[in-house]
Amino acid sequence: MIGTNFIYGLAGMVFAVFAVLAATDRGNRKRFGNAGFYGLLAVSFLLGDRIGDIGNGVLVLGLVAIAGTGAMGRGARATTGPAERQAEAERRGNRLFLPALVIPATALLGTLAFKALPALVDPKQITLVALACGVILALTAGYAWFRSRPATPFVEGLRLMDSVGWAAVLPQMLASLGAVFALAGVGQVVGGIAGAAIPDGSLIGAVLVYALGMTAFTMVMGNAFAAFPVMFAAVGMPLLIGRFHGDPAVIAAIGMLAGFCGTLMTPMAANFNLVPAALLDLKDKGAVIRAQVPTALPLLGVNIALLYWLGFR
Amino acid sequence: MLVLAGIGVIVAGFLLRFNPLLVVAVSALITGLAAGLDPLAILAAFGKAFNANRFVSAVYIVLPVIGLLERHGLQERARGAIAALKGATVGRLLLGYLLFRQLTSALGLTSIAGPAQSVRPLVAPMAEAAAERQGLARGGDAIPAMAAATDNIGLFFGEDIFIAIGSILLMKGILEGYGIVIQPLHLSLWAIPTAIAALLIHGARLLWLDRTLARRA
Repeated sequence: MIGTNFIYGLAGMVFAVFAVLAATDRGNRKRFGNAGFYGLLAVSFLLGDRIGDIGNGVLVLGLVAIAGTGAMGRGARATTGPAERQAEAERRGNRLFLPALVIPATALLGTLAFKALPALVDPKQITLVALACGVILALTAGYAWFRSRPATPFVEGLRLMDSVGWAAVLPQMLASLGAVFALAGVGQVVGGIAGAAIPDGSLIGAVLVYALGMTAFTMVMGNAFAAFPVMFAAVGMPLLIGRFHGDPAVIAAIGMLAGFCGTLMTPMAANFNLVPAALLDLKDKGAVIRAQVPTALPLLGVNIALLYWLGFR
Repeated sequence: MLVLAGIGVIVAGFLLRFNPLLVVAVSALITGLAAGLDPLAILAAFGKAFNANRFVSAVYIVLPVIGLLERHGLQERARGAIAALKGATVGRLLLGYLLFRQLTSALGLTSIAGPAQSVRPLVAPMAEAAAERQGLARGGDAIPAMAAATDNIGLFFGEDIFIAIGSILLMKGILEGYGIVIQPLHLSLWAIPTAIAALLIHGARLLWLDRTLARRA
């Protein structure tokens, strides 16, 4: 059956190629840091199920050691210049959007089509399998259309990967931190505090604490990814779904979006709020946040209303 | 209550600007120790969860395709498509960009725009030029800050409609931990009402900006 083995195999190979290309990038002073980081990710994808929990933990320590010591830098391989790209953009026109659109289109159609083939494709993984198929399809089309050398897409992909850098695994790290929080009972403690704030049997009270808790916790952690596992364990699962029989998809999806409202209002989300202020040479480093708050607050109100109306039909 | 120390580590770590991966690892250690777990058990729990959540980082397999298209002028073409909106007011310009950002993010094309790729070189200067034509003096923070804000809002309330974005996959993973199996498409559909609300609220603010400028002029 096609499932995680296919997706992780593909991802492992992509990161392995990134690691080799990074290691041979002589223009990057920190090339071995990058190569080590991508190499560990390749090991995680290809062998993660075989090296055991402790082995995976040690692998994470390796990633943290490389990122934490500032051992990663940006690659310096040659790519096309602005003038070259401009000329090619004019020559190729809107057809350039087509290969980019193949990926989401295949992901969408594949998700619908694979549902009919539960024996062939693992039903739990159809979206990711479809996405991987879309990538292979778009890559094949790209090779044919641009007549690229075999390494070219990976050199260009590495350029983007380097600009993301260690931040690439931050969501996965925060998800793992969520697991440790769950093991340590942080959700219960926060849930106890939150639960004490909810009048007994009050649905609207539970919805308010869930949504506002997502926002507040996201503002502290700088990321809705870290807040979601805690608030879902504290209020979403036991109260909204368990006790009030809410629709899990609505509770999860709109709860996450309430967290995104928090992301708009916190300096902790540095990549979204502080980096642009620096890039734009703003005098007030909080200017982007102040521009976002008047949208974030009413939108939070809308999310609370949507949770209440759509979650408990 | 002691287990909440990990949250304190996160706050302090970010404020003191340590590397976030390091901060997360230390927070996990402190939280686990506070709960009475031994270090090896914490390492194993973290490693196990890291391995189980690999699908969150699997999305990077799209980078070679996006990078290849960028090499052949995708960004320039995308910029050209926005630049065709010349002559618009700052409000309408940013409203158009908001819509563009939401729609492309909903298709998973989150990295074709952003603060470095599109806001600094293109959207902010165009917005400033438009605002200047509308009578606003040059050099304030308000217009470029609004351009950056519009980029974030378009991204946040568009990307969750794409079925393979990190947050959707994270929710899928967490729900599975509780024995609830939900397809990503089902989760992403419920992001649409909020996306529409974001477009209406932020769009209204942008058009209101045009009115304020017209009244001031």
